[in-house]
Amino acid sequence: MSQIEWEVVIGLETHAQLMTQSKIFSGASIAFGASPNEQACAVDLALPGTLPVLNEGAVNHAIRFGLAIGSVVAPMSVFARKNYFYPDLPKGYQISQFSLPVVVGGKIMIEVDGQVKEIQLTRAHLEEDAGKSLHDDFAGPHGESSSGIDLNRAGTPLLEIVTEPVMRSATEAVAYAKELHALVMWLGICDGNMQEGSFRCDANVSVRPKGQKEFGTRCEIKNLNSFKFLEEAILHEVQRQIELIEDGGRVVQETRLYDPDKMETRSMRSKEDAQDYRYFPDPDLLPLQIAQERINGIRALMPALPKELREEWQNTYGLSSYDTGLLTQDKALAHFFIEVLKLIEIDLAKPAANLMAGEFASAMNKESLSADLAPVRPIHIAELLKRTKDGTISNKIAKEIFSQIWELGLNASDRQESILLEGLVDQIIDQKGLRQISDVGAIEKIIDQVLIENPKSVEEYRSGKEKAFNALVGQIMKASKGKANPGQVNTLLKQKLI
Amino acid sequence: MTIEKLHEALINKQLSSVEVTNYFLNRIDTAKDLNAYIDVQPELSLAQARQADQLIAQGNQGYLTGIPIAHKDVFVTKGWKSTAASKMLGNYQSPFDATVVEKLGMLGSGMVCLGKTNMDEFAMGSSNENSAFGPALNPWNLDYVPGGSSGGSAVAVAAGLTIAATGTDTGGSIRQPAAFCGITGIKPTYGRVSRYGMIAYASSLDQAGPMAKTASECAWLMNAIAGKDLRDSTSIERENEDFTRLLGANWDSSNSNASQPLQGLKIGVPKEFFAKGLNHEVKLAIEEALKQFEALGAVCVEVSLPKTELSIPVYYVLAPAEASSNLSRYDGVRYGYRSEKYKDLAQMYTHSRTEGFGAEVKRRILVGAYVLSQGYYEAYYLQAQKIRRIIAQDFQTAFTQCDVLMGPVAPDVAWKIGEKSKDPIAMYLEDIFTLSANLAGLPAMSLPCGFNQSGLPIGLQMIGNYFNEAEMLQVANHFQTATEWHSMQPLQNVAGEKS
Repeated sequence: MSQIEWEVVIGLETHAQLMTQSKIFSGASIAFGASPNEQACAVDLALPGTLPVLNEGAVNHAIRFGLAIGSVVAPMSVFARKNYFYPDLPKGYQISQFSLPVVVGGKIMIEVDGQVKEIQLTRAHLEEDAGKSLHDDFAGPHGESSSGIDLNRAGTPLLEIVTEPVMRSATEAVAYAKELHALVMWLGICDGNMQEGSFRCDANVSVRPKGQKEFGTRCEIKNLNSFKFLEEAILHEVQRQIELIEDGGRVVQETRLYDPDKMETRSMRSKEDAQDYRYFPDPDLLPLQIAQERINGIRALMPALPKELREEWQNTYGLSSYDTGLLTQDKALAHFFIEVLKLIEIDLAKPAANLMAGEFASAMNKESLSADLAPVRPIHIAELLKRTKDGTISNKIAKEIFSQIWELGLNASDRQESILLEGLVDQIIDQKGLRQISDVGAIEKIIDQVLIENPKSVEEYRSGKEKAFNALVGQIMKASKGKANPGQVNTLLKQKLI
Repeated sequence: MTIEKLHEALINKQLSSVEVTNYFLNRIDTAKDLNAYIDVQPELSLAQARQADQLIAQGNQGYLTGIPIAHKDVFVTKGWKSTAASKMLGNYQSPFDATVVEKLGMLGSGMVCLGKTNMDEFAMGSSNENSAFGPALNPWNLDYVPGGSSGGSAVAVAAGLTIAATGTDTGGSIRQPAAFCGITGIKPTYGRVSRYGMIAYASSLDQAGPMAKTASECAWLMNAIAGKDLRDSTSIERENEDFTRLLGANWDSSNSNASQPLQGLKIGVPKEFFAKGLNHEVKLAIEEALKQFEALGAVCVEVSLPKTELSIPVYYVLAPAEASSNLSRYDGVRYGYRSEKYKDLAQMYTHSRTEGFGAEVKRRILVGAYVLSQGYYEAYYLQAQKIRRIIAQDFQTAFTQCDVLMGPVAPDVAWKIGEKSKDPIAMYLEDIFTLSANLAGLPAMSLPCGFNQSGLPIGLQMIGNYFNEAEMLQVANHFQTATEWHSMQPLQNVAGEKS
């Protein structure tokens, strides 16, 4: 049998839990971690006579998302009932959107191996989450082994975001999922906590011989709640499908689950068992009408998107795509940088980006801190850069002071006050005598002393060994405790050695 | 006794609410055979009556304070059971009051709840025979049905077991039992009254309304229950309206002729409501009533509602579709009936629902699931929605020629218990004149207009345009000022009663 080259086709459906105060159709809280059923009100329990009332906050989040991906926010969309029985589904139906979703179309750009690719979205719709079944470690009222239902999650607002089948590798799928994850967090509509299930993906995977137009039969892998599992599940599923076909078998359309321990997907239900959900418009809810003014109002309050900031920073300040990419990785970091930019002259933007991408980023990673909680504040960065520019301190000293402020802030009992202090940088420079030595006389004195102590290096330099010059500079800097202005040291040393 | 007279007696301290409440509780107890009530809790009622008396003593009463009312058991209530006349909810206790109950009760108008009235299970039925607690009996003849689904409420009002009652109307469930029991009932415009706390049957058709002896009493009750409710998205925001404001006023305010108060009123008479199948005695009574309206100054014009016949198939597609979904929550998992025989989840569902629901409910769930299923949705559900819109348009065409529409509530008077229960289709056909007002969302009412030779009441139906309840009540009130049909008492009096 000749070796066929296979092409992988992937579409993703992502459930992003929306950050609202209350549930999508009731007033109950959606905070994570409450005791079972503590956050389930009469509506969530589907008690007789209860009715859903739409949470407009969830709608605003959907509009925000729609605007961010350049989609059409539907002027009218419809909530529909998806009917099926399950113990964690109190009403016997889930309120979702079916034929008329709130967000239609749109795209998200991803980058894989330096190549930019556009991922088209089909739609995004609002729906309610179901509750949870408690099977393990659950005891009945008399201590017997039993199953329980926790309806705290029931009614939590979800935005289900569906792509076209346009991804061609697990890497692309993960790149898209990460980009989407960053975007929903950036927009402040989802906390992105994958462990708690706030952001979870279903992957539709199929394979076809390269060049074939028709799609192969797809399988849907449900509930992938980490990027690692998403990648592994797709890779294993692709492998399974290819092997199946190459062995003369045929892929059956079905829903599968990924078992990360066994590193394999296994069948959950086949299409034949697929339920007829008997969708129909929910008569308890009016069609969702979204006026253009409402969209405009939300647009006006939208944060600048990562892409827009990257372009602006590259064009205005000439920052590298690497630096801008790093600085827009999360919103807190980008905001921090925006604050720094407000405090400095344009020509300091580049050194600022270097400091942020270097010292600042690594310190944050080390402490697993978000930028808004970093002990070094934008004012400190600005002062450090100013003092470096005006020659008060060297780059090296600047980094040292950075570390000192970081430690100071981390240990401060009252971080806010001690740290927001303006002039802290100057204070440290003065207290620790870190001011750069730019006085010619003072530097000459140090140079003379070093030349006397290192006759061998002097001789070597004069006999043509360039390296010896650097060794002398090193000695001079060391003797000055790093404070000598390196430029001046260079010039003066050259003069002395002539 | 009417709300108006009782109000006078209460504020003049001739009677206390406790006395009134005790009087009705005794009557209810004596008339148990009528099976009008599903749950009565005398202590709770009397506690409310004492509260009402206090309010009256303090001068903090409203028009309805201290007056008793009974609630159809489709409204959930704290204290009383809320069963929807189903085994499924046989012992269900609601932790909250329906909006209608709240608005009429101690936190609102101060009315005293006498208990919960019998009905067809989940409001599905036209005879009250589909109750898990047995049928309520027609007080005019105990062998006959009282109509449904708000049968218990109609019986309670007609037999003097309450002053007034709440009902709900999805396809005629206020109007038809009101007609069969000789009382007045109004189904308001869809969205007028909150559905929160009403155990849902068909959400896009269900509407709550009052049932009493007279139109003027219904107007007072409308004042108490109408209004936007933030807990029901389909309730409609309107300016506060006094539904009693037009009572007694001439239709045309420039007309000062007291003997012809309805001068200028155009009554549309849909010819389809008088087609074959209409009982002859009912036809004669309606024609007499129309003559009475003409005597009061109104003019009758013939109009057409060409899709009247289609309202039956349309209704019996849409209502079951919504019901099949609305009733999915009764699964035995969280509350309500759970079968004792099950080995796994699927069996728990199947047995709980098989044992918990009655035959008619199961029939409609099956029909509903069928018309929503893949491959049938377009042919049934979507098609029915299209015709529903046409039916609503037909009404608007008719209202260009008239102010209100009048005709029979039902093609027949009450039938014998058991007579139609073996033939659901025959029962469905009885709804032909009431369904279209629900499909269009229009307000419609029933008022007593005569009796057949066996002494069974006949009801006249009036359908108004959207939000014209006050005008309809005005028209009905003039009719009731000129006639005595509404004040007739059932011969079948409560045993041992000397009132």
